[in-house]
Amino acid sequence: MRRTMLFLPSNNPNMICNGGLLGADSLIFDLEDAVAPDQKDAARELLKNALGSLNFGKCEIIVRINGLDTPYWEEDLEYILPLKPDMIMPPKVSGGDYIRTLDQKLTELEAKFGIPVGSTKILALLETAQGVENAYEIARASKRMMGLFLGAEDLSADLRCKRTKEGSEILYARGRLVCAARAAGIEVYDTPFTDVQDLDGLEKDAQFAKGLGFSGKACISPAHVDTVNRVFSPTPADIQYAKDVFAVIAEAKRLGKGAISLRGKMIDAPIVQRARLVLEAASEIEGVDYFAETV
Amino acid sequence: MDIKREAMAGTLESSDICVTVQPAAEGIRIDLNSTVENYYGDSIRETIGAVLQELGVRNALVSAVDHGALDCTIRARVTTAVKRASREEPQK
Repeated sequence: MRRTMLFLPSNNPNMICNGGLLGADSLIFDLEDAVAPDQKDAARELLKNALGSLNFGKCEIIVRINGLDTPYWEEDLEYILPLKPDMIMPPKVSGGDYIRTLDQKLTELEAKFGIPVGSTKILALLETAQGVENAYEIARASKRMMGLFLGAEDLSADLRCKRTKEGSEILYARGRLVCAARAAGIEVYDTPFTDVQDLDGLEKDAQFAKGLGFSGKACISPAHVDTVNRVFSPTPADIQYAKDVFAVIAEAKRLGKGAISLRGKMIDAPIVQRARLVLEAASEIEGVDYFAETV
Repeated sequence: MDIKREAMAGTLESSDICVTVQPAAEGIRIDLNSTVENYYGDSIRETIGAVLQELGVRNALVSAVDHGALDCTIRARVTTAVKRASREEPQK
């Protein structure tokens, strides 16, 4: 369950220490853009000590490392991997070779630190035109690949277009990433909404991303977490409909009926699959076994 | 680890500690200025001293300005300052 992924600067103790209390499903500790080049050493040391001693509750831990075209990424991994983060987020991923190079380094370090080889997953940040065009190849480049993540700010700079709240300039990239990730059987997450004050704009943007098929959305401010969590959570109506789907299926089985309909519509495999996803999500969010209620 | 030059790590922001390490002729001296001195002053000095010992620092003057840093932050900032101070040249 990754409705929200909250970016936190890795050299800011105040934000790091409160990370587990901000309501996000995942925390992305940033060693890249949020840290000045002359503070990379301080950020690594702070993150290493924080991950080794603080309790972040149920939050998934993701670390955005520096790009493979910088002198920083290998030292980032040397510091962070012993703390067993759930995922590594490499930035500006351009193609399958990029992921394979990272995969090889992770394998080497997992062996060195006694971590099960292959256990560190990758969430690839695609934020260049080349990365977007190679999305499917990237998604299938390693068994470690857990998801694709769209970074629209750098992408719009690379596309030489203006970034707007409406987001028409990134519509192609959004659709391409969703399709590539789903074709490869992995998850896909949307770019952050960058106007911290505009919660109405955030809600519209998140609703649009959910409608395209994204599993969740990044946040750059704790003030955005509640809205994004709400948008990417099933509504009470969604849950009731999903429960009704399973109820009519059970009833049809009992009566030996083949064709099933609910509220005048045929219940087919895609509807059952969507209902299953809704109940899985609701069960995880609310800590209630909704499937038990459908029996 | 030998302290070869003055170096600093951390900031003056809330929940952080700004640590400056300088060469010293003999022994360790820790000067602490903390917003929570009355409650945690001894504990902060103890943590700073423990990190210096772990890093093998025998001679240093450490000045720290604390704004309520947790133990993990204190450890990180002292370690960074010492590593920076042990380099021959400032970090580029």
